[in-house]
Amino acid sequence: MAADPTHRTIEAVFRIERARLIAGLARLTRDVDRAEELAQDALLVALTEWPARGVPDNPGAWLMAAAKRRAIDGIRHAQMQSRKHAEIARELDEEQDMSAAAVEAALDDPLGDELLGLIFAACHPVIGAEARAALTLRLVGGLTVEEIARAFLSNEAAIAARITRAKKAIAKAGVQFEVPRGAELAARLPSVLEIVYLIFNEGYAATAGPSLVRPPLCAEAQRLARILAGLMPEQPEVLGLLALVEIQASRLAARAGPDGQFVPLTEQNRARWDQLLIRRGLNALERAEALGGADGPYALQAALAACHARARRAEDTDWRRIAALYDRLGQVMPSPVVELNRAVAHSMAFGPDAGLALVDQIAGDAALRHYAPLPAARGDFLLRAGRPAEAKAAFEAAAALAGNDREREFLLRRAAGCAD
Amino acid sequence: MRVMVFVKATEDSEQGMTASPELDQMFVDMGKFNEELVNAGVLVAGDGLKPSSFGKRVAFDGPSRTVIDGPFAETRELVAGYWLWEVKDMDEAVEWVKRCPNPMFGPSEIEIRPLYEMEDFADIIPDEAAAIHDGVGEKLAKG
Repeated sequence: MAADPTHRTIEAVFRIERARLIAGLARLTRDVDRAEELAQDALLVALTEWPARGVPDNPGAWLMAAAKRRAIDGIRHAQMQSRKHAEIARELDEEQDMSAAAVEAALDDPLGDELLGLIFAACHPVIGAEARAALTLRLVGGLTVEEIARAFLSNEAAIAARITRAKKAIAKAGVQFEVPRGAELAARLPSVLEIVYLIFNEGYAATAGPSLVRPPLCAEAQRLARILAGLMPEQPEVLGLLALVEIQASRLAARAGPDGQFVPLTEQNRARWDQLLIRRGLNALERAEALGGADGPYALQAALAACHARARRAEDTDWRRIAALYDRLGQVMPSPVVELNRAVAHSMAFGPDAGLALVDQIAGDAALRHYAPLPAARGDFLLRAGRPAEAKAAFEAAAALAGNDREREFLLRRAAGCAD
Repeated sequence: MRVMVFVKATEDSEQGMTASPELDQMFVDMGKFNEELVNAGVLVAGDGLKPSSFGKRVAFDGPSRTVIDGPFAETRELVAGYWLWEVKDMDEAVEWVKRCPNPMFGPSEIEIRPLYEMEDFADIIPDEAAAIHDGVGEKLAKG
C-alpha cells in the first residue's frame, strides 16, 4: 500500500486532518472511541474513492462529511432505541443537507477550538498521567499503538489496554470535548502542560533501556507545545513550556556522543546546539515574561535553560543567576529534585562546600533514596572539594542506581577517574 | 524531519512589490496559510526575500573571491522566499505545499528539500565523528 503514490497521498492528507477530524467527531458523538472509528472509516472510503476521482479540493471537509454519513448509518442500524440517538441522527441529517460550502464552513475551525478541546479531554486529570500521555499521542499525535509502545519501551497490549482504560474513564466522567474557560481553564491547563512535558522528557532523558535519547517523542512534544502556543498565545505558561522544550531540544544533537554515550551539559560541543531552536525558545520566554508569567514553573525552568543557551562557552555560564532562579523555583514548585539541582547550581556559583551543605539537607528524603543523580552530584562536590575517596564511593553508589546503561557507564568512568 | 520549502522567483517577484488589491489579498491568504501551519505545529521559520537586485554573490575559485552584484539572470532558479517546516515525511510536506495559495500572480513553483539529519551524518563522516567522540571521552574520564 505504501508504495502506491495515490495511497501515500491519501494517507498524508489523512495524517494532516486526522486530529481535527476526531476532535470534530468526538464533539458530535460525545464518544472518543466512536470518533476514532468513524475517522478510520472515512479513510477507508477515501482510499476507495479518491484513486478514481482524485483528491477533493477540500479533503478535510470531504473526510468529515464521509465520517458523518457513517455516523448516521451506524445510528440507524442500531435501531435508534434511545431518544438521544434519534436526536443526534436528526441533527446530523440536517447538517448533511448543507451545501458543500456550508460543510466547509462547519469544518473551518480557525480558532482550533475543536482540536484544543480534544487535547484538554485527552489530558483530563481523571486519567492517570501515563494513560493521558498515551491517549494524547494516539489521538492528537496520530502515533500508532505500536509506535507508542516502542517509544515507552512497553508492549502493544499494555499500551492498548492503557488507552482503552483512558477512553472509558473519559466516557464515565462525562468529559466534554470543549475548551474549558476562566477558572476551569486555569485549573486544567497544568495537566495538559504536564503531559506535553512528560512526553518530551520520556524522549529527552529516557528513564530506562539502552538508548539515552528518543528524539521522536521529543519532536512530538515540541509539535504539541507549538500547537498549544499557536492556539493559546495569551497563556504565559504555555509559552514557558514552549520555551523550555525548544531550548532543551536545541541540545539533542550535542547531548549524546556518536555511540549514544551521554555527554553532560558542561562538556557538550556548543557549536552543535541548534541556534534556531534557541532563538525560538528565547523568543517564547520573552513573550511569557511580557505577559507577566516570569514566575511560572515552566517559565522559570525555561529561564534556567536559557542561561545555558546564552553562554557561548561552559565557563561563561552565569551560575549566580542560575542559583537565584533555582531559589525561586524551589519556592514556586517545591520538590526534592529541584532542591538537588539547586545544590548543584550553588556549588557552581559559590563552591563545592555550598553544594554539599544543601545536598546534605535533602539526603534523607525518601523520594531521592533511589535517585542516581543525588549521589552523582555528591560525588562531584566531594571530588571538587578534594575528597577523592569519598567521591569514588558516591559515584559507585550512583552507578548502582542508574536507570540506563549509558548513564551507568558514564558514572563508572567518573568513579574510575577518582582513583588517584 | 525538517524540510526547507523554497518559493521560486518569477519575473514579477524580481520587480519587487508594489501596492495593489491583488497583493493585499495575497497577504491575507498567505497569512491564513501561515496560521494554519503554526496551529498544526509545522512552521519553524520562514521569510520572504527581496529581489536579487538587492543581492550579492561571492564566487570561489581556489584562493580567489570575486563579488558579483545582483540582479541575477536565471530568474527561475532564484529564490523569493522560504519556510522551514517540521513534518513527518515528504508526502506530508507535499500535501501542505499543495494547500499554499499561489505565492505569485502568474504560474509559479515551490520546491521542497529535506535537510540532513543527525543520523545522515553518522554514515558520512564516521571517522571524524569517532575522533570527536574519543576527545570527549578523554575529557570525561579526567573530569
